[in-house]
This record gives sequence, C-alpha cells and structure tokens, in this order.
Amino acid sequence: MSSAVASKTAAAASGHPPRRRNESRRNQTVAAYALILPFVIVFLAMLVVPLVYSGVLSFFRTQIVGGTVFVGLSNYVQAVTDPLFLGGVGRMGLFLVIQVPIMLIFALFFALALDSGRVRAAKFIRLAIFVPYAVPAVVATLLWGYIYGSNFGPITQVISALGLQAPNLLSSNLVLGSIMNIVTWEFVGYNMIILFSALRSIPTELYDAAQVDGAGQWRIAWSVKIPAIRPAILLTVIFSIIGSFQLFSEPQLLYNLAPNAIGTAFSPNLYAYNLAFINQNINYAAAIAFLLGLVIMIVSYIVQLTAQRREREQGAA
Amino acid sequence: MTTSEIASPVQGQTVERERNHRRRLRPGKERSNILTIAMFACALYFLLPLVWLVISSTKSNTDLFSTFGYWFAHDFNLFNNIADVFSYQGGVFWQWLLNTVFYAGVSAVGAAALAAAAGYAFAKYKFPGGTAIFSGILGAIMVPTTALAIPTYLLFASAHLTNTPLAVILPSLVSPFGVYLMRVYAASAIPDSLIEAARIDGASEFRIFRSVGLRLMAPGIVTVFLFALVATWNNYFLPLIMLSTSNLYPLTVGLAQEQQAAGAGGSAQPLFAIVITGSFISVIPLVIAFLYLQRYWQTGLATGGVKG
Repeated sequence: MSSAVASKTAAAASGHPPRRRNESRRNQTVAAYALILPFVIVFLAMLVVPLVYSGVLSFFRTQIVGGTVFVGLSNYVQAVTDPLFLGGVGRMGLFLVIQVPIMLIFALFFALALDSGRVRAAKFIRLAIFVPYAVPAVVATLLWGYIYGSNFGPITQVISALGLQAPNLLSSNLVLGSIMNIVTWEFVGYNMIILFSALRSIPTELYDAAQVDGAGQWRIAWSVKIPAIRPAILLTVIFSIIGSFQLFSEPQLLYNLAPNAIGTAFSPNLYAYNLAFINQNINYAAAIAFLLGLVIMIVSYIVQLTAQRREREQGAA
Repeated sequence: MTTSEIASPVQGQTVERERNHRRRLRPGKERSNILTIAMFACALYFLLPLVWLVISSTKSNTDLFSTFGYWFAHDFNLFNNIADVFSYQGGVFWQWLLNTVFYAGVSAVGAAALAAAAGYAFAKYKFPGGTAIFSGILGAIMVPTTALAIPTYLLFASAHLTNTPLAVILPSLVSPFGVYLMRVYAASAIPDSLIEAARIDGASEFRIFRSVGLRLMAPGIVTVFLFALVATWNNYFLPLIMLSTSNLYPLTVGLAQEQQAAGAGGSAQPLFAIVITGSFISVIPLVIAFLYLQRYWQTGLATGGVKG
C-alpha cells in the first residue's frame, strides 16, 4: 500500500510518464528472478532431481538374470509387507508418540519459566539447556553410550555402589528408551529457544491487563501466552516429527555397543542405509526411503490440518 | 517516536520490546525460589553428561575403568590425552578438524547467501510464479533429507563427485527453512519506503539489495548462517556415505570410526581415552561460537516463529 502511494507520488513529482514505471516494473521482475535463480538451481539439482530419481529407481529391480528391469510397484508391495520395514516404522511411531510430547512439554515449560522472569540466574540456565544442541549427534551418542555402558559408565557405578543390580540400558528392551533420552537431551534446548524467542516477542500489553485483573502466572501462560505462540509450537511439532522419523546416527552408532539390541533395521533410515550400502540393493532402498518420506509428509500434514481446524473451532467459539 | 525510529521501525520495535521486557523483570517482582531450584535441577541433567566428558578426558585408559566417573583420578592425564588425540594415526585428527571447519564454513556461507537473496526477492518483489515457487520450496521443508541421500550418492557417483569435498558441501547449500526465515525476516525488517526512496535516487535493484537489503537483514542472515553451520558441522549421514578416504572425513565420521575401533576388542582398548578426549575437543569450537553468537538465535527465530 504505502509503496504504491510512494511510487505514485514519486512519478508525479519527477514528472515522468508511466512508461518509466513500466520499465521499473520490468527491472524489478528481472532482479527478482536473478536473485532467486542461484537458490532455485541448487534446489532443483540437490533436492528435486534426487527426489525424482529416487522415485524412478524405486520402480526398477536389479536381477542376476536380465539385469535391471521395470517392476512397477513391486518394491512397494514388498515394503509394505516387510516386517523389518514395518517394525522400524512402528518403532519410530512409538518414538513419536512418547519422546516428542515429553521433549516439547519440557521445552515449553522451560521457555515459559524463563520468560516469566521469576527464575534467578535465568541466563545461565537458558544456556545450560541449550548447549547440548551444539554437541553433534555422534558425540552425544558416544557420550551417552559410555554413560549407559557397563564398562565405566557412571550409572552402573552408582547403582552397583548401592549394592543393586544395574539394568542394562543397552538391552533390546531398554535401548529405545535410552535413545529417546539421548534425543531429548540434544533437542529440548533447541525447541526451547524457538519457543522462548516467540514468547519474547509477544507484546506485554496483551497480558498486562490480565495481570491487573489478578490472573496468576499459570493462568496467563495457559490463556494468553500459549495461544499467542501457537505457530511457533506447531513449527517445533512439525520439525520434531520430521526429525524423529529420520532417526539414524543414534542407532547406527549404538550398534557398535549393542549389535543385537539394535540390529540392521532399528529405524527405517538405518534399514535403507544397510540395504543400499551393505546389501547393494539400491532399488529397494530407494522404495523404502520414498515410502518413509511419504509417511513423514502424511503425518506432518495431518498434524497441521488438526491444528488449523482446532484454531478455527476456537475462533468460532 | 524519534525520527531514527521512524526510519527503522524494526529497530524501534526491538527497543520497545527490550524496554517492555525490562519492565517485566524489574526488581520488586518476586522471584520464585521453588522455580529456581527446579530449573537448576533440570539444568543439571543437561550439564552432567558434559561434565562427565570433561572429567573423563583427564583420565588414562586404566583410570577410566578403575575410578568413579564423576571424580578425577589421581593422575591428571588431559595433556597426554590431547597429545595422543593429535598424534594418533599420523595426526589425522588435525585433518578432520580442518575438514569440518572447511565443510561447515563454506556450506554455511553459501547457504546463508543463497537464502538471503531468494528470501529478499520473495518478500520484496511481486513476480509471475513467485508464490508458486515459494510454496514449492516451503513444501520441501518436509522432505526428509536422508531420503535424498541415496539417490544423491548415485548421481554424484556417476558424475565422479563422490569422495570429494563437493559431495558434502553441495547438498548442504540447500536450506528451504533458511529461505522461509529470510523471507519473513526481510518482510518485517526492510521498509518498502526505503526501497522506493532508493529507486527514486536512481539506484539499480541490485544496488538496493546490496546496500539496503543485506544491511537490514544482517541479524537474520547470521541466524541462517548459524543453523547451516551447526547442521553441517554435526552432519554424519551425508559424509558417511559420500566419503571413503579417511583424510577427507569430518570429525563426526572420524570419531565414529575410532569408536568402532575402540569397541572392537581388548587389544584396541587404549583408544577409549582418545575417543573421549577427541569428542571433548570437537565440541569446544561450536560451544564457543554459541556463547558469542547466542543473541542471534533469538532475533532470527523470533520473527520466524511468530509469523509462521
């Protein structure tokens, strides 16, 4: 609006005919395309082309007799009945249902607590919670792997010192929980920072009134702050969904410490990696990766739709 | 409102927010002891593993097994361990460290530059196909990057790019979330009137982007840079599949390989101290970068999160 007004006054002031304005329009269009071009080229080359290629690969199969042949959806049919793939997806589903809510509730609680201004040494605490995000997943897994381990892990040391039998945190029963803990440790701080930043940019006027009316901190957090940062919360949910389905580094590295508990198909990504690079079954791996991408997109989409519908319902109410 | 605030409304807004926030924190508003204690207890959970890492990197292999994890051994072995880390296998750790800095640095600068230019264009120009292209990029945020790794590997292999630095850098240049963040940031940080004024002064569109756009987007650009830096620095899957020569590894792949060797058997036991101390060293640069640049996380993310 203001730019249109400005350009009109500019044209009037300088006395130039509209032709000049058309030229400027054209210049702007050229500039816009030139500015997005570098990104779009890399985007096409590194994202769209591989994605399409992955799709193409998944329709073929390399056989000992006959070489690479078109098999239609046969790889997908195999995948949806493959217990290893389904087991991995199920495990990630469980991960999603348990770990993501725990992580995000903690992140939200920390963000609200720090934003309320009632915590002493808030800066130090914020940094302490955020710092694991700087630790690569590889190092985080090594670190926790040793801490869990029975060789010189402090958890075992403490429990044994108390005269109790230490649980094997890397056994097949407990390893999923142990991985959930590693991922939570890594990403609570990251999500907290996103939510905290959103909280900081809520205009205080929004809840000054509530405060005057005598509403408590919990009440303000629940009825003013959380609704105000709903887009940021949704962002963290979507990112967490994408992240958890893609789990790879943690199980891949823990495999060295607990080969039997992890196996080759703990997560779909680990399975696709083993299929492609150990078994050399590229086509089936592509189908698995593609299917995983589809699952992620569907779940993210459902979550987004649900959130939108809820917002609309609340808006109507 | 002063004139400087009119010229730069975003800065004005931030000032106002800061002021509001300070008001929120003014003394007299009671601090909660219970909440503070609870938060310290939680902070402990995040710090304890790192404390263990620091203490353990001062221990020799034998002391690792024979002493309590949360206290120092009799011998202070940190400097020996550091020397071991850097001399192991002919000093390959140096190479890994340099590779990591190089991959992460180049990728982050590239990703931030591409995202800044595209985000600015999407925010400040109306052009045919603009909205459609942006929606396509936004949709790509949901494409799992690891699902792309296998086909990318095959494509790179046929172009003879595997096992080169480019194999790690090129895929890391694409940051759809960065474009989204830059678009939101540019929309709120660069007033249209400023661009219009520059046009009247006869500045070319590129000149305007360089001298007005980039300057006002700087904090947002740093945020995107940091995201890309952390993502590449911490990436494991991509270099793992792309690189096969130890000399090209980044720290993540190198350390993972050492860990495998350390766990392989009794004879390789002395590696534990090297792996632990190496992990400790590899964490230091990013932690320092975080401490220095932490305010940028907030400025950049505040815009992205709120308007999302």
